[in-house]
Amino acid sequence: MDAIGIVNYLVGFAIMAAIYAVFALGLNVHWGFTGLFNIGIAGFFALGAYTSALMTTKPPDPALFEDFVFGGNWSETHFLDLGIDLWFFLGLAAAAAVCGIIALIIGYVTLRLRDDYLAIATLGIAETVRLFFLNEKWAANGSKGLYRIPAFLEGWVSPEHYDYLYLVVVLVVLSALFLAVERAVKSPWGRVLRAIREDEVAAEASGKNVFRFKLQAFIFGAVIMGVGGALFAHNIRFLSPLTFDPLLATFVIWAMLMVGGSGNNRGAILGAFVVWGIWTGTQFLPGIFSDPNFRFFMIGVLIVAVILLRPGGILGEERRITRAADS
Amino acid sequence: MPTLKNTVARLSFKWTPGRITLAIVAAVLVAGLLPFVKMSLIVNGVFLGAIIALGAIGLTLIYGVLNFANIAHGDYMTMGAYVALFLLTGAFPAFGIEGEGLGPLTFGYPLLIALPLAAAVVAAGAVLLDVAIYRRLRQRGVNAVVIAMASLGVAIALRGLVQVIWSGETQHYPREFRQVFRLPLDVRIPPDSVFIAVVAVVLVVGVYLVLTRTKMGKAMRATADNPNLALVSGIDTQRVIRWNWIIGAGLAATAGVLLAVFQAQLLPIMGWRFLIPLFAAVILGGIGNPYGALVGAFVIGVTSEVSTQWINPSYKPAVAFAIMIVVLLMRPRGIFGDSG
Repeated sequence: MDAIGIVNYLVGFAIMAAIYAVFALGLNVHWGFTGLFNIGIAGFFALGAYTSALMTTKPPDPALFEDFVFGGNWSETHFLDLGIDLWFFLGLAAAAAVCGIIALIIGYVTLRLRDDYLAIATLGIAETVRLFFLNEKWAANGSKGLYRIPAFLEGWVSPEHYDYLYLVVVLVVLSALFLAVERAVKSPWGRVLRAIREDEVAAEASGKNVFRFKLQAFIFGAVIMGVGGALFAHNIRFLSPLTFDPLLATFVIWAMLMVGGSGNNRGAILGAFVVWGIWTGTQFLPGIFSDPNFRFFMIGVLIVAVILLRPGGILGEERRITRAADS
Repeated sequence: MPTLKNTVARLSFKWTPGRITLAIVAAVLVAGLLPFVKMSLIVNGVFLGAIIALGAIGLTLIYGVLNFANIAHGDYMTMGAYVALFLLTGAFPAFGIEGEGLGPLTFGYPLLIALPLAAAVVAAGAVLLDVAIYRRLRQRGVNAVVIAMASLGVAIALRGLVQVIWSGETQHYPREFRQVFRLPLDVRIPPDSVFIAVVAVVLVVGVYLVLTRTKMGKAMRATADNPNLALVSGIDTQRVIRWNWIIGAGLAATAGVLLAVFQAQLLPIMGWRFLIPLFAAVILGGIGNPYGALVGAFVIGVTSEVSTQWINPSYKPAVAFAIMIVVLLMRPRGIFGDSG
């Protein structure tokens, strides 16, 4: 591979790592700050990706044997363009909204109950979403998938340089989300979330409506995951139900958050780059290390090892001391 | 606050007004729907329920005693199925133990040897994993949900291991084609299903006897009820936990082998996909309650099977999930959990 090839590879790598970092941030809101155990990230991933893709893609073309019934065609709708592809942001917003609504429903049912009910419910949602898109061909073309998903600002740069542009886009969105989450968790609201994570009974006893805060945090995290799904859809530009297998759409993200440092937003982003680096880097290694199944196994070992040996991950949670404690 | 109260492994059952109403509603619903349902689906659902029951009873016992959701339970099933595959296709033939088509069954007598061996191997593995991982976390006094998180890591690692050793391809036990039993009402029962039902009944009765008649069973129930009280009353909780894993993982491995026989194939993801029916059964029956899990398993098995009369069969896990959500909305502590 020549130098330009390597740079192109790294740019492609950075786009995916940054999209994963968005999911790790969302999971950090769930698990890192609030202690919500979501093992169905793949469900929100798929919902976000499909929502944005379906809203922006051209209507189905019978000549291409497309079986689905609806494409929002936002990318070709003139008043949504304004010369800056405004539709892209509307797609992100739609993805975020759908994930938020689903999180509201699931959270409303399960967040009053034991902690681990949420885990099972999110697992159920992920499986239901997968089965829906697999079986309901009218919704999104079934296993043939959607393959005419539009790209943001296509035509602004030549196709071979497009990835540079999209990397900037993803990094801008990631930074905005990072600042939003940082601000949220540093606020009194975030302090309540951490109180709930540490001791739910004490938080309840201090007069906090634990259910409400948990529900808000669950929706917030799911909204971020929806945005991540949309970013993914317009990068890969092909979606099928097989894209969202639990390994690459849930487990890897858990490993990223645990490795980087649960409860630390910088850690979540760092973890995404480190774990995605290990994941993609090991495929060049000789022998068993490049076997995808072995790498699958190692993702599990990594999660257990972090919990046992270094529960704080690489960075660990930042100590946040209130102003009241200073004086 | 129901969330604050410890869930209790109850082995007694009382008819409260709420339960009577529920039973009447359920009976009316079932009686009303019965004429429209194919008998064969109900029968098939009972067999599926038997497999769910074996997994769910172990899961609920672990839930009750150790107070965490064992996300790896489905992968203990997968492990059991694949250990049996290794024995049937790798180890046994080396010693001349081979054969399929025992009587009306698709498999041969080697499976009868492989089944307990696979259960023993997985049970031993589960005890080792407890010592290596979960016990340390318990001693550190971490939140139960962190232990569940660790079990997610274990689940991923186990499935990865299965794929490394046996590849991700579909496999099956050595089998011979067999005719199904034809019964009235267009009911067809594969002979293998009868075997599954027999194994399940024997094991469920066995677990019942262990829990009610042995000292260890009483100690397990006491620990599930109140671990601290059990400890100060001189119960060796370490031993209880060990037996808990042996029984739970052994049942799971058995369920895995039976599932592989039932579906006539093995896939590394089979156990993970089975988690939803398992947890649905456990939650339906009330966490920590083995009787509840048993009833919940048959409810889930029959309803998800019967649902295929109207909706696409591949939605079965979604049906189990939907039932679970409805139950959580109406009775958050399960049908057999205490109200409130």
